[in-house]
Amino acid sequence: MKALRWSIPLAVFAVLLAFLAVGLTRDPREVPSPLVGKAAPAFVLAQLHDPSRTLGTADLRGQVWLLNVWASWCVSCRIEHPLLLELAKTNAVPLVGLDYKDQADAGKAWLAEHGDPYRVSVMDVDGRVGIDWGVYGVPETFVIDKQGIIRHKHIGPVTAEALAKDILPIVRELQRS
Amino acid sequence: MKAVRAHAPGRVTLARAAVRVTLARRLRVLAVMAALAAVTLAHGQPADPLDERLRHLEADLRCLVCQNQTLADSDAALAVDLRREIRSLAVAGRSDDDIRSFLVARYGDFVLYTPPLKPSTWLLWLGPFGLLALGAFVWAAVLRRRGAARAAGAPGPSPAAAARAQALIEAGE
Repeated sequence: MKALRWSIPLAVFAVLLAFLAVGLTRDPREVPSPLVGKAAPAFVLAQLHDPSRTLGTADLRGQVWLLNVWASWCVSCRIEHPLLLELAKTNAVPLVGLDYKDQADAGKAWLAEHGDPYRVSVMDVDGRVGIDWGVYGVPETFVIDKQGIIRHKHIGPVTAEALAKDILPIVRELQRS
Repeated sequence: MKAVRAHAPGRVTLARAAVRVTLARRLRVLAVMAALAAVTLAHGQPADPLDERLRHLEADLRCLVCQNQTLADSDAALAVDLRREIRSLAVAGRSDDDIRSFLVARYGDFVLYTPPLKPSTWLLWLGPFGLLALGAFVWAAVLRRRGAARAAGAPGPSPAAAARAQALIEAGE
């Protein structure tokens, strides 16, 4: 009975400490997407460099591809941009850009200035496609498999670590299957 | 001295005039403010039951950009877009539940300020009741132990101490 007197509060404290410790390692800005594991929301959008042509999710069936949400007004997009340019050079996976709530001229000028890693960029002028994809900040990056299912979502600027440890291994795995 | 006295009444009049001017100006400013307030209030009144319904719905939805604000309160660009989207869904005749599931499908349960009851939220919903039950259990245990101790004959004052107390009482009388 004496042992219970101090062991119970100690156990409660330890549990609380564990919860708080785990809480510290988590980023509340990263809201897990319910769309991972579900079919990518379909879109058909005008291309940034040639608005008379469109690109849709159906056109990308049968291959693993990345959708990177960016905008010319997005500051943190500049952080990940050099990594995306490098990724594009390796030809590891086609990168599609979703120019989110941007103006075509501004978007084109931004790519001309910083380099264009995208196979194609499409324009989501009013952000409707962004809402369908659950985008709540720019940049965000999605991995889509051959069947058109979203397999991974990266929130915020892509880092070298995220690319090497999460995104590329998932891409390779999906390309093999 | 004379000059000062002669001058003094004039100064008083001037001061009075100044008071009158500021009073008139203040009244005019007040009138303008009242008119503006009336206009604002007239515009602020919920003219539409749809507005009222959406405000109620959006007050229980979280803005994903500024996470501790509701969709109704937030001025973030995404919140503006989502309010527009919600309005168009409501105008198209979708129910509040339809609109909620539209948002949950895209952003997850995180958008709901009132999360649903399901296995992963059992702790959240039932935890406080569990803690209450635990407290009641501890309280009951303590009371029982105290009762048992009393029944077993709580150690009262020793016979010597009792005798001394009695002597003191008698001495006081």
